[in-house]
Amino acid sequence: MPLYLALTCVSALLAVSVYAIVDRRNHDVSRNVYRLCIGLCGVLFLAAVMPRGAHVVSTALPLGLPWIGMHFRIDVLSAFFLAVVNLGGVAASAYAVGYGAHEKEPMRVLPFYPAFLAGMNLVVLADDAFTFLVFWEFMSLTSWALVLTHHHEEDNRRAGFVYLLMASFGGFALLMAFGVLGGVGGAYDFSSIRESTKAGWTSGLVLALALVGMGSKAGLAPLHIWLPLAHPAAPSHVSALMSGVMTKVAVYGFIRVVFDLLGPPAFWWSVEPMTFGAASALIGVLFATIQSDLKKLLAYSTIENIGIIFIALGLALAFKANGMALPAALAFTAALFHVFNHSLFKSLLFFGAGAVLHGSGERSIERLGGLIHSMPKTAFLFLGGCVAIAALPPLNGFVSEWLVFQAILLSPSLPQWTVKLLVPAVGVALALSAALGAGCYIRAYGVAFLGRPRSEAARAAHDPDRWSLATMAVLLTLCLMAGLLPSLLIDTISPVAKDFVGGRMPTQAELSWLSIAPIAESRSSYNGLLVFVFILFSAYSARWVIHKFGTARLRRAPAWDCGYIEKSPMTQYTGSSFAQPIRRTLGVIAFSVRERLDMPAPGETRAARLSVEIKDRIFDYLYAPLTRAVESCATGLNILSLLTIQEFLALVFAALVFLLVLVAI
Amino acid sequence: MTLLFNLMAQSLQMLLVLALAPLLIGFVRKLKARLLRRKGPPIIQPWLDLIRLLRKEVVLAENASWLYRSAPYMIFAMIWVAASLVPTFATGLTFSWSADLIAIIALLGSARFFLALAGMDIGTSFGGIGSSREAMFGSLAEPATIMIVFTVSFVAGTTQLSEIAAYMVANMELRASVGMALVALLIVAIAENGRIPVDNPATHLELTMVHEAMVLEYSGRYLALIELASALKLLLYISLIACVFFPVGLASHDAGAEAMMIGLCAYVLKLAIGGGALALFETTTAKMRIFRVPDFLGAGLMLGLLATLLVFVTRSL
Repeated sequence: MPLYLALTCVSALLAVSVYAIVDRRNHDVSRNVYRLCIGLCGVLFLAAVMPRGAHVVSTALPLGLPWIGMHFRIDVLSAFFLAVVNLGGVAASAYAVGYGAHEKEPMRVLPFYPAFLAGMNLVVLADDAFTFLVFWEFMSLTSWALVLTHHHEEDNRRAGFVYLLMASFGGFALLMAFGVLGGVGGAYDFSSIRESTKAGWTSGLVLALALVGMGSKAGLAPLHIWLPLAHPAAPSHVSALMSGVMTKVAVYGFIRVVFDLLGPPAFWWSVEPMTFGAASALIGVLFATIQSDLKKLLAYSTIENIGIIFIALGLALAFKANGMALPAALAFTAALFHVFNHSLFKSLLFFGAGAVLHGSGERSIERLGGLIHSMPKTAFLFLGGCVAIAALPPLNGFVSEWLVFQAILLSPSLPQWTVKLLVPAVGVALALSAALGAGCYIRAYGVAFLGRPRSEAARAAHDPDRWSLATMAVLLTLCLMAGLLPSLLIDTISPVAKDFVGGRMPTQAELSWLSIAPIAESRSSYNGLLVFVFILFSAYSARWVIHKFGTARLRRAPAWDCGYIEKSPMTQYTGSSFAQPIRRTLGVIAFSVRERLDMPAPGETRAARLSVEIKDRIFDYLYAPLTRAVESCATGLNILSLLTIQEFLALVFAALVFLLVLVAI
Repeated sequence: MTLLFNLMAQSLQMLLVLALAPLLIGFVRKLKARLLRRKGPPIIQPWLDLIRLLRKEVVLAENASWLYRSAPYMIFAMIWVAASLVPTFATGLTFSWSADLIAIIALLGSARFFLALAGMDIGTSFGGIGSSREAMFGSLAEPATIMIVFTVSFVAGTTQLSEIAAYMVANMELRASVGMALVALLIVAIAENGRIPVDNPATHLELTMVHEAMVLEYSGRYLALIELASALKLLLYISLIACVFFPVGLASHDAGAEAMMIGLCAYVLKLAIGGGALALFETTTAKMRIFRVPDFLGAGLMLGLLATLLVFVTRSL
């Protein structure tokens, strides 16, 4: 029984939390905790992928609210997300067996880490609104505690505060969404919500609330502001979990509410996810391009990828609403494929960033450089992650983006003009973000890992331990497998698409040579394996010919650089100089960049200074006024605290009368 | 037997593009020289240069890493594969089913990714300047290309190049959207190949250069591979334009040897016309400032977007 097995493992994870506190004096507690987490997440992963046949397993436990209880359930969707969550969980725990040993304050991580994993699993397993919300908040709180691990730093405390604020806001929106869904009857288990009929305005409201609630956790613009603060603050294996896995739990929540509970969609439902998805993709990638903090850069790029997932989900909604099952299945598959991919390569990249942070003590790419010599293994694995996330063939990131493009190409057959005109615009945003994403990772990798070391720390950096390297290697292998044999993954996703959008892509494994073709081979097809073999063959034949007919002589010499090699490594291009052309062309619109040049007059001996000021407009135009409004309201309401006791009682009385009148009407 | 024949046709095409690419460069150079009333080197000069480079010893910068040494092979292989996926004289060759137009563009993107990384590997300021500019051009040119792909595949109903070519042969008519896409593709092709007015393939040691700056430190066989790859890229773009917009004379894969011969002649003729137009254009234009290039590419992007929207609005235009 996979469900009982899963629930047992989750309780065991909670027990591991307790164990971490009890056994805190033990020298090996960190290793033990992470090893237990590997085992438990591994079993959970197996429980998720265990073949269950067609039937859905559910159970109710006599816990929680007395008249509701706690309902749990595994269907194809939750099984898929359970697999993603626990694959990420196994990877993060395995990485942390080595990495966690360097933690200076282990007691700030160890009790919360297994609880965080358990929380994410329980959200995916929940089958009623109460359970869902409780564990959603549990997941938020445990991750908040993990963000505050290094609470001595001012920045981290601020990150924790913003995170808590946004999480409560999102949780509040979700509470209202489920309230509206449950209706006056108060049907809070998902099966009765699924069966109830919803009025038109209800579904619109729930959709908006779900988008706000789930979007704030997933990091959808403009609710993303906590994400680039919180992800760098946490220890690297936790950042990987938050970025690679927790955002996916939010995607799961969105799919569960919008594709499942809300009933058959109307075409306009697709507008919101697509617009916000496109905005997130662009904003995320533009800000990633100018970051010099490696972990912050990765966090912004998560926002981009979440945007891509939401674009695909929006497309799936549009197709589903018009009864176009096959295109809907294509878009939905693309979204889930990207969910899986992103959990793999984003974890890999965060592990790499953790290795860099530990090996050199630096997080800013501006003070790194030449890591390919000092940490060769990490450099190789990180390069793989960059290629994957930059959506370059033959790795997996390309496949999911290719599927999204194929879904976009089917959109002219949609009947509604709103969607029809929106889709090409979304397509441009997607293409632009894909191209900028590649540039962003050229910059990140080129500045941090290539060139000459800019600091002693970068020169003396070293590769991490074997556990960390092995984890990264396994993740890279999975990325390659998913890129070369995408048909297997697509066929795994097919049942989910069948249940949630009512169609499935043709069985891909039956196509010749393991190619994939979303609709028909004459329309579009891609074969990662063949392209890869083809590239290898060409490269090796070129090598063979050259070494047969040319000379193999090679001499090491100082770099030429047009004859003017400057000894100082500071003359290399830095991250900010690399981003300058993009900052100049797109910066004025995107980040209201202001460059100021302070040039000394002739004869003066002081140095010239160039300063760049970059603003996040969303912060300035959305959050700053909001904060001011809240503050002024709070100041205004301060009068209430100065009232006398009689005035207070009068106020309470008036409120009571008002509410009674309201109920009477 | 059919498989063997198909494989032979495919390898023939791969060797053909490889042989023709340097000749195309030589032809453009010769023609440019003639237009300037110089004599110019012989057309096979690029091939002679490549052979000479192969025989030369490699001088490798001291802190070059394995990435720097393997990048030329990867770049060459990716561009060669992409170039052999574009139908040249016949459609429907064996491997053309393994990747569609989007994948071909992404393969070029991979090549650019490694070229830009190689530019940053030595840690000189010239390498960085080239990579940084290449990344900027790429991030504007790629979406423009995707928009062109959208337009063409909306019209033809497929992203498979062979099918697109077949559709275009069958439906020869003037369409406004396809015309705009063609202009956009020309702009992208000029930028992607580092031709005047975006970049000057003949200059050296100038702060305006892009492609040359990235490969400044390469020598010997590595340089030969990079040069060959960039020649292949030019050939790829001309073949792409020819295949999508002027697919006259393309043989279908099951046609006989005669049709194949006609296709081959038509292809060489198209390359000559493309190269000639390029030479003429380059001799009459001046190179633009680096920060004008985004406007130039932005025009390409807007044209592509406009073309896509036109197809959306009216399926007939």
